[in-house]
Amino acid sequence: MSSMAKQAQQRVGVLQGTLDMLILRTLLYGPAHGHQIGKHIQRTTNEFLQMQHGSLYPALHRLERRGWVVSKWETAPDRNREFKYYRLTEKGRKQLLAEESQWKQMAEAVARVMWPAAEEN
Amino acid sequence: MNWWQIKNRDADLERELRSDLELEEEEQREAGISEDEARYAALRAFGNPTLIREQTSAIWSWNWLESLARDLRFSLRALRRTPGFTVIAILVMALGIGANVALFTVVRGVLLKPLPFYDPDRLVMLYEADLHQDDTAGLNLVSGGMYAEWKNQNRSYSNLALAQSIRVGLSASGGQLPEKLNSALFSWDMLRTLGVEPALGRDFTQADDSPGANGTVLLSWGLWKRRFGADPAILNQAIDLDAQPYTVIGVMPAGFDFPDPSTQLWTPVYHDKPEDTMTSFSNHMFRVAGRLKPGVSASQSVADLSVISQRIHNEHLNDPFVFRSASSRPLLDYIVGEIKKPLYLLLEATCCLLLIACLNVANLLVARAAARRKELAIRSALGGGWLRLMGERLMECLLLSTSGGVLGLLLAFAALHWLTQTRHDMSRVESIHIDGVVAAFTVGVIVLCALFSGIIAAFSIRDKRILGVLHETSRAVSGGGARAWLRKMLLTLEVGLTVILLIGAGLLLKSYERLRSADMGCSTQDVITMHLGLPDARYPTPALRANFYDTLLDRVRALPGVDAAGFVTVAPGQGDGPDWAFTIVEHPALPQGNGQAALRRWADGQYFRAMGIPMLRGRTFDAAKRLDAANEVVISQSFASQYFPGEDPLGRHLRVRGQNAVIVGIVGDTRYAIGEIPRPVQYYPLDAGIENVGTLVVRSRHDLEQFALPVQRIVSEMDRDLPVSDVLTMNQLLGKSTLNQSSNTALLVAFATLSLLLAAVGLFGVMSYIAAQRTTEIGVRIALGAKREHVMRKMLLDGMRPAVFGLVVGLAASLEAGQLMRDLLYEIKPLDTSVYAAVAATLLAVAAAACMVPAWRASRLDPMQALRAE
Repeated sequence: MSSMAKQAQQRVGVLQGTLDMLILRTLLYGPAHGHQIGKHIQRTTNEFLQMQHGSLYPALHRLERRGWVVSKWETAPDRNREFKYYRLTEKGRKQLLAEESQWKQMAEAVARVMWPAAEEN
Repeated sequence: MNWWQIKNRDADLERELRSDLELEEEEQREAGISEDEARYAALRAFGNPTLIREQTSAIWSWNWLESLARDLRFSLRALRRTPGFTVIAILVMALGIGANVALFTVVRGVLLKPLPFYDPDRLVMLYEADLHQDDTAGLNLVSGGMYAEWKNQNRSYSNLALAQSIRVGLSASGGQLPEKLNSALFSWDMLRTLGVEPALGRDFTQADDSPGANGTVLLSWGLWKRRFGADPAILNQAIDLDAQPYTVIGVMPAGFDFPDPSTQLWTPVYHDKPEDTMTSFSNHMFRVAGRLKPGVSASQSVADLSVISQRIHNEHLNDPFVFRSASSRPLLDYIVGEIKKPLYLLLEATCCLLLIACLNVANLLVARAAARRKELAIRSALGGGWLRLMGERLMECLLLSTSGGVLGLLLAFAALHWLTQTRHDMSRVESIHIDGVVAAFTVGVIVLCALFSGIIAAFSIRDKRILGVLHETSRAVSGGGARAWLRKMLLTLEVGLTVILLIGAGLLLKSYERLRSADMGCSTQDVITMHLGLPDARYPTPALRANFYDTLLDRVRALPGVDAAGFVTVAPGQGDGPDWAFTIVEHPALPQGNGQAALRRWADGQYFRAMGIPMLRGRTFDAAKRLDAANEVVISQSFASQYFPGEDPLGRHLRVRGQNAVIVGIVGDTRYAIGEIPRPVQYYPLDAGIENVGTLVVRSRHDLEQFALPVQRIVSEMDRDLPVSDVLTMNQLLGKSTLNQSSNTALLVAFATLSLLLAAVGLFGVMSYIAAQRTTEIGVRIALGAKREHVMRKMLLDGMRPAVFGLVVGLAASLEAGQLMRDLLYEIKPLDTSVYAAVAATLLAVAAAACMVPAWRASRLDPMQALRAE
């Protein structure tokens, strides 16, 4: 565990508590397997967010256990091999909305404190 | 969730991770990296798949149970692989836990369980406080008169009742021999005060408890079963006690043994005792129990009684033996009495032993963990989480201590069985059982041991430098310095605790030896004693008694092999007995309110010779002076020096109860109990015919036991209803009075020996381990020309260091611990240099022996083999 932490020195690990939200948001585009989800988050942030598999898979299974996603083995269109695909449920969609609005409020609140002038423009 | 579902989920997860990893690998390859590189790059990007799998499957919460089962499986396998270690660890734990459980059971049964009485917390024992001391700590027996005053006038007790332990002869009946029994006199309301009822029949009534009533008696459960075949028809039948008829009115429940553990029957006190005894204020002979009224504290109630005592004292200023205040202690303190302190001391000793056992097991585990470092490092490298490894360690310890605990419980069970069978004299021995609380205690001790030894061992394997370990173990040059340090610290602790135990045991042992060799002032060899009492009913006059004893002694002296025989009311070692006030006729009268009292015994003229008490001056009683004419007295040496300083006591007169007696002789001092300082004694002639109970003393150079039967035959020829009891040689009599000390000492010595053994095993283990670890280093040194003696000396010093540290720590701690046992020591100080020196020497010798073998083996090392062994 500790050896992996050292690798991420240049980049920023996913903020505690936001990983669930990022996964759910990614799945909004459609079903995806673990590797895709990780890659997507990494690529979208221009490699700024470093996905750690050590937290990604536990997170996926946690979401599944709570009923926010369901999983199914399906053949990948480009690989001709089966992967475990995760799909957003209705419950997951609601959870995403809730987390999103919470995050937005949080970010705005932080921004107001950090950059009071920027707010007026 | 079912097992196959768990397996399914596991397989599913593995497949998911594998497919994703392969995908990563493919992508890396597609980016134009060579095949091998791609795999490593994928692994690097992916992280540790095993760990991920473990953490992910931990999301599903049934996991903890599964991992528990897995830990259990692993631990069992690991323990099976090292049977030697496992057996030793389990035995060590079993000894530690067994000793603790057994002693806890005893302490709980004797000290912690409530007494089998109604609301026992409100019961107290009451005493009169000494006249010369103002402190209320004096615990004097209470006079009958004072008891009556307290009972009538106090406002603090809902009830007061009185008891006295005596001995009575139960006459021969129904083909059974006469026997002497421990008995007690009760005032009629004693059972009501205690809140106990007879199991069969009825309690005493006030009418039973008067001089004019018919005799009534309550039997103990044991006596009823043994002597009367548990036949309920005995109720309302008459039995003869000291040749007087008593009607059996009831049987007490099993286990009721107030006021003494050996009491077998109870009779009413006002019926049995003459009226002047019951109204006297200066004749202190009774135990008084009281039940406090609700809301009244013990100190308030004692103040209440003291006011009454002070008033009575003021009314009898001319009698110096009317005491002026009262004191009390809880009933439990009275019943458990002297056993409390030794029990707690032994409990502390067993805790020490348990701690040593745990340290030893921890030590063994650390050693084993060190031997398995490579395995553990590989497992960490392969993704074994530290928590998992620690969990396994704890599980291992739990298994060890549970097995040890079960075995220990069996040991404790056997020990307790033995104790309850052999120590009937111990108070409350019948309430010692293994019950739910003890079981809970055992579980607690097991868990505690597992945690204690497990956590020490688990922390010793916490090592982040996986690679370092792998390097280190592949070239075992100097390994595990830190771990050796930990083990040495554990050893130091262990040795320290052992030293404390050894010193405690040494002090008790020496004290016990002093006790046994204490000069009793009489001969302890070649003397046999027998107890004998003449019932008043059959021997009502002094002449009858005096004749009986004269005839008996003449016939005993005529037995072949008997060198001397005598009779005395209380022999040395049989306790202090009654104190009698006296004045010296030739001395000026003492100021009012002052008095003198000394132990009083009655003896026949040859008693001193038979008992081997030296006649220092003058002569013994004149055999011709009998009955009213017997007016002589013999005093002991300390009597002479205390009351006749610088004066010749011979020819002076003592006045006791209005009668004068002339001092004719001075004899040597004797001890009334082993370990007590001799007190002044006044001996009066048995031929006066006043006393009727005492001990026959027979002296012979031949086998003593052979006289028991002929003497008993003589007695039964003279009176077939007269029981002879307590046939004991003087040595046995003294041994009986030191039984407590001897068994405490034996136990503590056993604990100390055991812990010394454990410490030696620990030392040996650590030394062997260190030597094995340094095999290569030593090989190199020897190859480079180091002298073998040097190697050996170095190794020895290395091993002795923790032992010496432990010794110093233990000696320092013993200074404190010794103070705790000050009360248990006889004639030696807690800081007894010879004991300290002996313990230090023993410990160093044992430690050196334990280190010698590994050190010698290290110095014999063949350098070539040592280096090649890599």
